[in-house]
Amino acid sequence: MSSNTPLLDVSGLTKHFPVKGGFPIRRTIGAVQAVDGLDFQVAEGESLGLVGESGCGKSTTGRLITRLMEPTDGKISYRGQDITHATRKQLAPVRSEIQMIFQDPYASLNPRQTVGKIIAGPMEINEINPAGGREKRVRELLEIVGLNPEHYNRFPHEFSGGQRQRIGVARALALQPKLIVADEPVSALDVSIQAQVVNLLQKVQRDLGIAFVFIAHDLAVVRHFSQRVAVMYLGKIVEIADRDDLYGNPRHPYTRALLSAVPEATVEETPARERIRLQGDVPSPINPPSGCRFRTRCWKATEKCASEAPPLVQVEGNKAGHLTACHYPETAETVPAPRLAKDSEPAA
Amino acid sequence: MSTPFLSVRDLRVHFSTEDGVVKAVDGLSFDLEKGRTLGIVGESGSGKSVTNMAILGLHDPRNTTIDGAIVLEDKELITATEREMEQLRGNKMSMIFQDALASLSPYHTIGAQIGETYRKHTGVSKKEARARAVEMLRRVGIPQPDVRVDDYPHQFSGGMRQRAMIAMALVCDPELLIADEPTTALDVTVQAQIMDLLKDLQQEFGTAIIFITHDLGVIADVADDVLVMYGGRCVERGSKKEVLRAPRHPYTLGLLSSMPSLDGPVDVPLSPIPGSPPSLLNPPPGCRFHPRCAFADKVSGGLCSTERPALEVVDGRGSACHLTDEQKREWFADFAAARTN
Repeated sequence: MSSNTPLLDVSGLTKHFPVKGGFPIRRTIGAVQAVDGLDFQVAEGESLGLVGESGCGKSTTGRLITRLMEPTDGKISYRGQDITHATRKQLAPVRSEIQMIFQDPYASLNPRQTVGKIIAGPMEINEINPAGGREKRVRELLEIVGLNPEHYNRFPHEFSGGQRQRIGVARALALQPKLIVADEPVSALDVSIQAQVVNLLQKVQRDLGIAFVFIAHDLAVVRHFSQRVAVMYLGKIVEIADRDDLYGNPRHPYTRALLSAVPEATVEETPARERIRLQGDVPSPINPPSGCRFRTRCWKATEKCASEAPPLVQVEGNKAGHLTACHYPETAETVPAPRLAKDSEPAA
Repeated sequence: MSTPFLSVRDLRVHFSTEDGVVKAVDGLSFDLEKGRTLGIVGESGSGKSVTNMAILGLHDPRNTTIDGAIVLEDKELITATEREMEQLRGNKMSMIFQDALASLSPYHTIGAQIGETYRKHTGVSKKEARARAVEMLRRVGIPQPDVRVDDYPHQFSGGMRQRAMIAMALVCDPELLIADEPTTALDVTVQAQIMDLLKDLQQEFGTAIIFITHDLGVIADVADDVLVMYGGRCVERGSKKEVLRAPRHPYTLGLLSSMPSLDGPVDVPLSPIPGSPPSLLNPPPGCRFHPRCAFADKVSGGLCSTERPALEVVDGRGSACHLTDEQKREWFADFAAARTN
């Protein structure tokens, strides 16, 4: 493998779920276009954030990457190896390198197994016997995620939500993965606990050099965790960029609107950000708008937006790697000044 | 001083369970005036929803003991009969729940559900109730209200359902509106729409609103005053500006510093509050926050673990903490400076 092959390379990834209907014979009458033509890469040790509102296809993307779902179209390569339609057998070695952390720490741990058994599960399945035995490795893992190794024989119900999520992290780490897909790992947790788990994930990512696909709807959490961020809307990536570019210089109107809608716990005499109020709801992915999918809620939409889907390209004035899918991208001048000023300062 | 519109004094709500008595709310007092919004913040299990269920009289009397006083204008609500409460609920005071889909009946049209409340309290005809439902839907910004009034809840999107819930809650022009995490299940762009709607409606009708949320960002947007709850007690209260800019309780401080922001520094770890929220079956003695508090060992004589700190409120501002004002000024100063920039 050459050094510039990305760890994960996704191109044209598409997932359509058939919609059945009709009477008396049920047949396919349409498709939910959950994910429609995604292109992105994840480099080794890098953390990519996927943000968007419910129904934008971010969780489906996570499940496609881990091949928990079969893509309708497109290609997924892991370390240069095409795994799009790989069989179970071909996938086995890859699966141990790609792990997943789930949203709900109550539903994702088997209540009838001890913590030790849960965390040792992946090793058992893959018949891995680390030096010193599985139990020793599990105790190490418990220590890494900040739990007491003596809790080896306890059951999930004896732990709080935050601790359970730590168990989920330990299980994901058991096989020394190269890539972890984390689907809303902190959104079910209380505010004071969220920060604990975010810090743990960040420590794991830095210390062990694991690449992350971090799926979340919370823009502030994603900003804190990800080096690169992709914003999704109705199954498409509308903008992807390095963190500072995306938050400091959003070019897609949707990214701007999303950022401006996040309520922040600050009280300012003069609001730093101009609020953009989007009208209406996200359209149905069964029958998405023609052309640009955001056009029905966009204040800049013209006829061109309805007839022609904007490609995801580097628009004028953007840095390399900052791609935007919009016919009429926002310019730096339209971004509220205080945010730019703050972001250009080095972190204090 | 005139009597406040809603006054809650030393409210205690205890549930008896098989494992013992859960002290869900343990001595809570606050006032609310008309046209104001009180934001109640706290984590799961801090007692914020239980408080509001108590105001509406929605607890099961078989396993709940409620003590203290809840006075709405001059009416004592705790001792009120079920019949009297029925007169008030949906009429003078009403509630918006978090999960709109679970709170609407799937078998009845939106219009029928909105109209039912109105008919019950005003005794108007079905036709008038329907007209009122259409008017309410228009007011909360549902497009084509005269058509959508005959839709069932599943035909509405999440944001529209929450709007319909608001229409139902406001149909009798209540003077007190309790909103329990009304935007938590919604996306940020829709959340912003709903918060604007509530603010507009409040301005129009002068409704008093209690807004329950775990999100300090939402509080900063909608509330006038803030009450921070922890383990069934109020730990801090004051105006939104005072609480968010210069918190006086280590818990509020911890919450604010643990939140990632959209423009703070990114390459430093977050500062979480260690540990997890207390069990209300066996709450820690003294200050309920002391096992997680960074300052507990700085108070002499181990007061934090033995004695409950009193909540002294002066001009609506107060905190329940054993630290002295000077100590807080010194130790919280860095934080306050960073927030006011």
